[in-house]
Amino acid sequence: MTATSQHHATSSPAEHLDSTTVISWKAPISFAVVTALLAVLFLTTRHSGDAVFRLSAPRDLIQIPEIVLNGPVTTWTCVVLLTAITAAAAALVRAKRRVPLWVVVIFAVIGLVAFLTWAAAGARTPVIPLPGLLAGALSLSVPLIFGALCGVISERVGVINIAIEGQLLAGAFTSAVVASVIGQQWLGPIVGLFAAAISGVLVAFVLAAFSIKYFVDQVIVGVVLNVLVIGLTSFLFSQVLAPNAALLNSPPRLQRIPIPLLSEIPLIGPMFFRQTLIVYAMYVIIVLVYIGLFHTRWGLRLRSVGEHPQAADTVGINVARTRFWNVSLAGAIAGFGGAFFTLGAVGAFNKEMTAGAGFIALAAVIFGQWDPIRATLAALLFGFASNLQNTLSVIGSPVPSEFMLMLPYVVTILAVAGFVGKVRGPAAAGKPYIKS
Amino acid sequence: MSDRYDPDVALETGAQVPPDEPVIEKEPEPGEPSRWQQALRQIATGNAIISVLAVLLALVVGAVMIAFTDERVQAASGYFFARPGDTFVAIWDSVAGAYSALFQGAVYNFRRDDFISGIRPLTETLNFATPLIAAGLGVGLAFKVGMFNIGGRGQMLLAASAAGWVAFSFDLPFGVHMIVATVAGIVAGALWAGIAGVLKARTGAHEVIVTIMLNYVAFYLVSWMLRTQGLLQAPGTNNPTTPPMKDTAIFFDLLGPRFNLHFGFILSIACVVLVWWILERSSLGFQFRAVGLNPKAARVAGINVNRMYVYGMLIAGALVGLAGVDQVLGTVTTGFSSGIDAGIGFDAITVALLGGSNPWGILAAGILFGAFKAGGFAMQAAEGVPIDIVLVVQSLIVLFIAAPPLVRAIFRLPQPGSKPKKRTRSTRKEEVAAK
Repeated sequence: MTATSQHHATSSPAEHLDSTTVISWKAPISFAVVTALLAVLFLTTRHSGDAVFRLSAPRDLIQIPEIVLNGPVTTWTCVVLLTAITAAAAALVRAKRRVPLWVVVIFAVIGLVAFLTWAAAGARTPVIPLPGLLAGALSLSVPLIFGALCGVISERVGVINIAIEGQLLAGAFTSAVVASVIGQQWLGPIVGLFAAAISGVLVAFVLAAFSIKYFVDQVIVGVVLNVLVIGLTSFLFSQVLAPNAALLNSPPRLQRIPIPLLSEIPLIGPMFFRQTLIVYAMYVIIVLVYIGLFHTRWGLRLRSVGEHPQAADTVGINVARTRFWNVSLAGAIAGFGGAFFTLGAVGAFNKEMTAGAGFIALAAVIFGQWDPIRATLAALLFGFASNLQNTLSVIGSPVPSEFMLMLPYVVTILAVAGFVGKVRGPAAAGKPYIKS
Repeated sequence: MSDRYDPDVALETGAQVPPDEPVIEKEPEPGEPSRWQQALRQIATGNAIISVLAVLLALVVGAVMIAFTDERVQAASGYFFARPGDTFVAIWDSVAGAYSALFQGAVYNFRRDDFISGIRPLTETLNFATPLIAAGLGVGLAFKVGMFNIGGRGQMLLAASAAGWVAFSFDLPFGVHMIVATVAGIVAGALWAGIAGVLKARTGAHEVIVTIMLNYVAFYLVSWMLRTQGLLQAPGTNNPTTPPMKDTAIFFDLLGPRFNLHFGFILSIACVVLVWWILERSSLGFQFRAVGLNPKAARVAGINVNRMYVYGMLIAGALVGLAGVDQVLGTVTTGFSSGIDAGIGFDAITVALLGGSNPWGILAAGILFGAFKAGGFAMQAAEGVPIDIVLVVQSLIVLFIAAPPLVRAIFRLPQPGSKPKKRTRSTRKEEVAAK
């Protein structure tokens, strides 16, 4: 069993193949495509102005001076750098070595700086408020991260969870109603959070019961559960919540709690440490899920059930029970995250307010290769890309807003096709285990 | 287990039994006393009864929800112990009112005098069913190839845009115009879905992610085209809508101008037959099903699995594209906006699931869901019951049909294969014990 405790389960099949194959030109090709696209963009529409990056908000304790970058100089420097990285990656691949992840990250950061500078230099107000951009990105990512963690746990234990969307929506609905009924500044939202988690568990119970006890195809149950929850919440919203909005749909919002000292760190302080309870809980849950999955007996058993249930059964793990309770746990996490839509962000519940976040979270799970940390990063990337569009439309960017809105999804497709490629999920995910 | 242990082999051996449907033994146990009892047992253990009971159960749950949220019921239950009869009358009124409105909106309206206007709701049902059947076929065919096409929305939007663009910007003779517009839409849908197929085949990108992402890309692409002059936006307006379709391109009415039912319905039925023929009678369909059942075995048998993924997605996209064409040339011919898909891309998934990915099943499921849609609007208008209840009922039907043991347990029906007169809780347990 010790073999399964190694961290990257995905790397083990590659080791067998090393002698035969694996030089992938995907990374250099993707790099080259992105570099060429940026160069064409900069050539066709030139912006000669300066771009100002504002690094601290006015209310921050420590003020950092703004960074002023000259448009053409910065963009073309970046293009040169990107070309160099592309060449380096090509050289690495020629030498039959892998392109490490940090090279991809550096490439992405430089590309982003170039793009932001170009967009800001051509804008009406050439100022990019980085604190706002990052904080907004984080808050857009919160439900995605909860959903992704839910997906990671339940797929690692062998149950494909398409119902993340439904669990988020159930959490949003329940927390809004419970918090409104209880009212009060603190008690209402906190009880609402627990109620949200419970509603997520209830959705997960249905998923678990149908897929584990009745052996129904997990994808089918997931899709249908989404429709069911959308139908239930929309029906109850129109029929019950809307006529009694004051009583049932006006929850007190969670207050932001700045953490002393940490919240005064320039740039990242306000982003990470001037947040609501849900976000702090998220940090804890990410760490717990990571440690739990890869460094505890619970995680080992969970992953063994998802990879090879028969083997797990042979050594005395109750497959059905492990799956049932871990899918429920995953549901609790997603339901809890769903509360962010109401208690953390907007306040009142609205029809279908999750707007596909569950599906994006599912994409983050696959993009993040079923690893809690990577899935979190993928969710952050989606959140950042969505918020980038908001920021650019505020400063008045030259690109049509639809193309900016499209960007995160195009990037995901490119990433899934290029960098991630053939990902391998938990071997037994989606397959019911029938004891024989 | 050897140390050259291959997880992919484990993937094959780890789950030996594909347990989608329990094995149903039609043959009665030998030595059964009466022919009538045998017949009853066959009915009670068959699949048809499960479908009927699943619909019934879902309607009961819907009725409970309607009753509990009805204001009259709530008011009457306030004095339940004083006059309990009032509560039951109120429950009956709300539920019977809602369901009779649903029926009259979906099948036959008894309040009309003549048959022609009384039967109009049925044609509305078929009208709503038209795109559902086409899109459901697209999702179901992808299921058969082992792929999950969540990209119906994007494929419909692109197909609707292409068909709509041909329909409003060209001048062609009647008939030809319609065909060209339809083909343009189908090709656009196929190509959009084909992206996912090619990416899956060439790079292994998971089609679930790619189709979800393509939905968003298509939505924003179409939104942009809709607000750009010279592309899709109607000239001289600021609204993101297209000009109306030209009369030469519009699907003609099948039953005359009094009914909305259009030529698209015939196309959908033709597609049912076509997909049935592809899947059951053609070599391509055989390869599709082989890949869907077990891609590794299919590869060993000499089937080009990657090519099947591409072909499967192309055909699936074409079918979903036809649903988009139905929308612009049949349903909303006065110019469309970015909501033209009307959620059909997602409804199609439930239709395909309910139909068991089988063309004839999808036809029936599409008509049933069309009836719910047509009736749901009537119910909302007449009784004030939000149409969202239809979603609840639809999803419950699929859930119950997917789990026959649950339905049998609820109605105390004998499990298939169990001994008569001896009620067992679960057949699976028996099978396990037998092994």
